[in-house]
Amino acid sequence: MSDYYASEDLKKFGDIGKHGKQLADDFFKYYGDVTGADGALTKREKALIALAVAHAQKCPYCIDAYTTQCLETGANPEQMMEAVHVAAVMLAGITLVHSVQMQNHLEKMVL
Amino acid sequence: MKSALQLKPVRPRSKYDFDALLRERGIAIAPANVDTLQVNITKTCNQVCRHCHVDASPSRTEKMSPEDIAKCLEILERHPQIAKLDITGGAPELHPGFDGFVERAVALGKHVMVRHNLTVQLDGHPQTKESKEYLPQFFARHRVEVISSLPYYQQFFTDSQRGAGVFAKSVEAMRRLNAMGYGVEGSGLALNLVYNPVGPYLPAAQAGLEADYKRELKAKHGLVFNSLYTITNMPINRFRLHLEKSGQYEAYLDKLLAAFNPAAAEGVMCRSLVSVGHDGRVYDCDFNQMLEMDAVDAKGRRLSIHDFDFDRVLSRPIQFDAHCLGCTAGAGSSCGGATA
Repeated sequence: MSDYYASEDLKKFGDIGKHGKQLADDFFKYYGDVTGADGALTKREKALIALAVAHAQKCPYCIDAYTTQCLETGANPEQMMEAVHVAAVMLAGITLVHSVQMQNHLEKMVL
Repeated sequence: MKSALQLKPVRPRSKYDFDALLRERGIAIAPANVDTLQVNITKTCNQVCRHCHVDASPSRTEKMSPEDIAKCLEILERHPQIAKLDITGGAPELHPGFDGFVERAVALGKHVMVRHNLTVQLDGHPQTKESKEYLPQFFARHRVEVISSLPYYQQFFTDSQRGAGVFAKSVEAMRRLNAMGYGVEGSGLALNLVYNPVGPYLPAAQAGLEADYKRELKAKHGLVFNSLYTITNMPINRFRLHLEKSGQYEAYLDKLLAAFNPAAAEGVMCRSLVSVGHDGRVYDCDFNQMLEMDAVDAKGRRLSIHDFDFDRVLSRPIQFDAHCLGCTAGAGSSCGGATA
C-alpha cells in the first residue's frame, strides 16, 4: 500500500482525461476559470479557501498544491493556519450540530 | 594530437535550454540600449542570505580596485546615454571607495541607485568594524535612490531568508531612512523595497503585494516606502545548492519553464543594462556575472571596462542559460521588479 499518494503523482492530474477527454477538458476549464484569476474574490482568498477544503477533505496533493499557491499569492503562515482552523471548526461544528438530531431522537425514546 | 578542425563547442541540450526555447517560440532577445551601468563592487556582506546569488558573506574579500572604479566613472562620463549607475554587491557600502564612487557619479549628473541591505547601517563593517550609521544622511545628501531587500512585511519570512534578527534591524534602518525623508511623499527621495520568495516558488503579483506591504508596514511599524519590486529567485549558486540538497532543483526549473511568459522575455533587463564585475569584466547581468558567463561582442571577444566600446556592447549577442528562465517566468523579473 506504500504507493498511494506519491507526490510525483500530482503531475499526472492531467491524465484524468485519458479515458474521457472532453469531460476532463471541461473540468480543467472550469477549474482554471474559478481559481486562475481574481474575481469577486482575490486569487489569494480562493487559495486560502482551497487550502481549508484540502485539509477538510484530507487531500495531500491539494495540501501541497495550495500551500504553494498561498505562498505565490502572497499569503503568510498566520493566514494559512487560520484557514485550516476554519476547516477544523467547521468539521467540529458539523459534528456537534448533529447532536441536536441525537437529542431530538433521545427525547422521543425516553419516557 | 590536436585536431586541425576546431569545432565550436555545443552545450548539451536539455529541456531547460533557453536558447532553444526562444528559437522554438520565435523570440529574439537583443540589446535595445544601455541606459544603466550596474557595478558589483564587492562580495563582502554583513549578511549571509540563504538565496544569495552572489554567495556574499562577511568572509568574502573580493572588491573592485580604485583604478577600475575610476574606469567606470570615465565610461559614465564619456556616455551621456548611460544615465544610471546601479551599485551593488555584497553590501556595496562596505567597499572603501563606495562614498567617493557615489559622490563622483552624482557630480557627473548620473542617477545613482544603491542596493542597500538596510542592516549594514546597524551592523557596520564585519571585518573592520567601521560604523555605517552615517548612511541615511549620506544617501539623502546625494539624493541616491535606495533599493532594499525586505522579503516580507513580517519577521518569519524575512529572518528565514536573511538571518535571525534581520527583520527587526531592517525596521529600525527603514525608520532612520524615513526620518531623512526617504519614502516620504513629495521628498523626492526614493526608497524602493525588493520582495524575493522565501523558497522555490514564484512571487505574488507585484501591485497587490505592494499594497499589502504599504498597509502592514504603516500600521504595524509606522514605515513608508515608494515601490515594491518582486524578484524571482535565480536557481544558481547558494539557492541552487539549497534546491539540490532538498531535491527540488528540477521541480523548480520545471515550474519556471511552465510559467515562461513571452511578454516577460521582451522586457528582460539585459536588453537595457550591462553588469560590471569587481575585476572589470562585463556581463549581460549580475546573474551571468556570478556564473562567470562573460559578455562577448559580435565577434566573440570578451567585453571589459578596459576597452569599453559602446557599439560593441550594443551589438553583442546576449548570453543565455537555464537560469534565464527565472527572468521570464510569470510576470517576469528584473532588478526593477516585474517586467510584464
